[in-house]
Amino acid sequence: MKSTIVVEINNVSKSFRQLKALKQVSFAVEEGELFGVIGPDGAGKTTLFRLINTLLIPDEGTLSVLGYDTVNEYKQIRPLLGYMPGKFSLYQDLTVEENLQFFASVFGTSVASNYELIKPIYHQLEPFKNRLSGALSGGMKQKLALSCALIHKPKLLLLDEPTTGVDAVSRKEFWDMLKMLKQEGISIIVSTPYMDEANLCDRVALIQKGSILQIDTPTSVVNGFTKPLLGVKASNTYQLLKALKSFPGSDSVHPFGEYVHYTEKDGEPDPKVLQDYLEQQGLQNVQIKLMDPAIEDRFMDLMHTAEEV
Amino acid sequence: MKIIRVLLQKEFLQIFRNKSMLPILFVMPVVQLLVLSFAATYELKEVDVALIDNDQSALSREVMSRFQATGYFNLELETFHYAEAMMAMDQGEVSLILEIPSGFQTRVREGRVADLQLVIDAVDGSTAGLIQSYSTSILKDLNAEQMRKIQMESYSPQVQKVKSIQVIPQNWYNPDLDYITFMVPGILVVLVSMIGLFLSGMNIVREQEIGTIEQLNVTPIRKYQFMIGKLLPFWVIGMIDLLIGLILARYGFNIPFLGSLITVLIVAGIFLITIQSLGLLISTITHTQQQAMFIAWFLMVIFILMGGLFTPIESMPMWAQNLTYINPVAYFIKIMRMVLLKGAGWPEIQFMVYGITAMGSALLLISINKYKKTVA
Repeated sequence: MKSTIVVEINNVSKSFRQLKALKQVSFAVEEGELFGVIGPDGAGKTTLFRLINTLLIPDEGTLSVLGYDTVNEYKQIRPLLGYMPGKFSLYQDLTVEENLQFFASVFGTSVASNYELIKPIYHQLEPFKNRLSGALSGGMKQKLALSCALIHKPKLLLLDEPTTGVDAVSRKEFWDMLKMLKQEGISIIVSTPYMDEANLCDRVALIQKGSILQIDTPTSVVNGFTKPLLGVKASNTYQLLKALKSFPGSDSVHPFGEYVHYTEKDGEPDPKVLQDYLEQQGLQNVQIKLMDPAIEDRFMDLMHTAEEV
Repeated sequence: MKIIRVLLQKEFLQIFRNKSMLPILFVMPVVQLLVLSFAATYELKEVDVALIDNDQSALSREVMSRFQATGYFNLELETFHYAEAMMAMDQGEVSLILEIPSGFQTRVREGRVADLQLVIDAVDGSTAGLIQSYSTSILKDLNAEQMRKIQMESYSPQVQKVKSIQVIPQNWYNPDLDYITFMVPGILVVLVSMIGLFLSGMNIVREQEIGTIEQLNVTPIRKYQFMIGKLLPFWVIGMIDLLIGLILARYGFNIPFLGSLITVLIVAGIFLITIQSLGLLISTITHTQQQAMFIAWFLMVIFILMGGLFTPIESMPMWAQNLTYINPVAYFIKIMRMVLLKGAGWPEIQFMVYGITAMGSALLLISINKYKKTVA
C-alpha cells in the first residue's frame, strides 16, 4: 500500500448505453488532501464518485482506493470510506439520533467511540436529536448526512455536491468543517458546481463532458489565464452583451455578477476604444475596469478551447 | 449477527412509526375475514319468481307453496301470460319463471308423466345453477311424496318399482355444505399472500426510490444481511396476522381444526418465504413503488382467480389447470382446506409442500442473483 496516494485513477471510462459519462480519466489524490472536482451539471461528477466508492464498475481502466482495487477488493474499501451522496439519502422517518446510531452500528462502531470527531458538527444538531430527519432544514440535513458519513472515522471522505441547494451561511460553515476534518488527517474529495468553492480546495480537477480539462492548485489554475481581462458594466446588460459580442476582435464575453468579463483575441483591449464604441451603440453608464481573473474565467476559457478542439 | 439485529431494529422502528400502515396490518385480517366470509356467499337468497299457473289445482298451489316455504323464493308476479312473465325477466324483476300447464294435477294423479317448465335467468351462471338445483330438489321431494300417496291409494305394483332406488347424499368434511367453512381457510391464504407479496418487495423499492439504498450499499452490510433484514420483519407480521386469522376462524366462525396447527404454521412459514421472494424479484426489476405495485397486483389477481378460492380448479380448462402447478397460492389454499377441514397430515400434503419449497428456493436464488446486478 502506497503511503501518500489515497486514490489513483488510471484511464477510466464509463458509459451508460450511448452516453459516455467519463472518457479516459486519470488522476491521483494524495493523503490528507482536500481535492475538488469542479464542473457543471452533467459533467460526470457523480459517476466519478460512484466509481470511487465501488458502486459502479469501470468499463475501462482501473481505480485504486486506499491501496485496494475497487472491483476486486471493494469489501476492504467500504469500511474505510465515508460517502455523502448528492441527494439526501438518510431515513427521513427515523430521528436524527436513530440515523446516526444506525450508521454507526452498521459500520460496527458506536456513536460514543467516535463522538469527538463529529462533535463540532453534531453539537448543533443535538437540540433536535429526537426530530425526524425528514423534518430538518436543508442545512441541518446536510450536517446530519456529514455526521453519518463520518461516524466510523473513515480514511477517505467522498462528498458529492454537498452544498448544492444550501444557503450561503451554511455553505461557509460547511467548508469550515471540511478544513477542520482535513486537520484530522482525513482525505476529502468534494464535488461542486460552485466556482467560488474551488478556491477553498488544495487542488481542483476541472471536469467537462466526461473529460478532465485541468488539474492543479486553484492559484495555478487561475494563473493559466494569461489574457488581460476587462470588467464592463452598463445600465442595460443584455444590450451590453450583444454589443460586446459584435465588437471586432472580441473573444469571450461572460456575465459574472455585476460585471461582464471580456477578452479580445489578440493582445490587450483598449478600454478607451471600447468605451467609445459602446456609447456609440447607445449604452449608458458604461464603466470599464481591468480585472484579476478568477477560477471561473479559466474554466470558461478551458471549456471554450475544449469545444473548439 | 449484530448487523442483522440493527437492520431488524431499524425496519421495525420504521414499520411501527408508519401511522397509516400499522393499523391496517392488524385490522386487515379481521376485516377481510368478516367481509369476504359473510358477503361473498354462494347461498341463494330472495329469488323473485313469476308464476304461470294454468292448472289452478290443489297440486299446482302446493308446488308454489313448497317453493315459498324454503324461504329462498319470493312470489313476485302471478300471471297467465308467458310474455308478461318474460318481460318481467327482461327487466330483471324476476329470475325464475315457473310455468305449470293445465292438466298437471290430473296427469300426476293418474301416474302419468307430468311436465313443468322452469325458465331461469342465467346472466349469472352460478346463481342460475343454484336456482336450478334448489328447484329440482324441491320438485323431487314433492314428486316422491305424490308417488307415495298414489301408491297408497292404488297399490299399483308399477309405481312400487319406481320407488326402489333412492339416493341419499352425505356431504363429508363439510356436512352442512357451510360456505363459510369452505371460504375462511382460503381467505387466510389471500391475507398472508398480500402481506408477503406487497410489503417486503415494496419496502426495497422504496429505499431505491428515496435513494437511501445508495447510502446503504457503500456500507459493509452484506447482501444476505440486507435480505434477511428486509424479509424477516414482514415474515413475522404475516405469521402474526395468520395467527389472528386462525383464532378468529376457530372461535369466531367455528371452523373445525381437524389437522395439526403446527403443520399449518410450518407450511405458512415456507409459503411466506416463497411469496416474499417473488416480491423481492419484483423489486429487483422495478424502479418505483408504482411499477412494483402494479406488477404485484397483476400477479395477485391471477393467483387468486386461478387458485381455487372461488371456483374449483377441477372445473377449469386443462391449460389453466396446468398453470396452477406454478401457483403457490393454489397449493396453499388446498393445503389449508385439507389440513383444517379434512385433518390431512404430512403424507397427504407433502408433495404440495415440496412444490412450494421448490418454487420458493428458485425465486429466492433468482432474486438474490438479480439484486447483486442492480447494486453493482
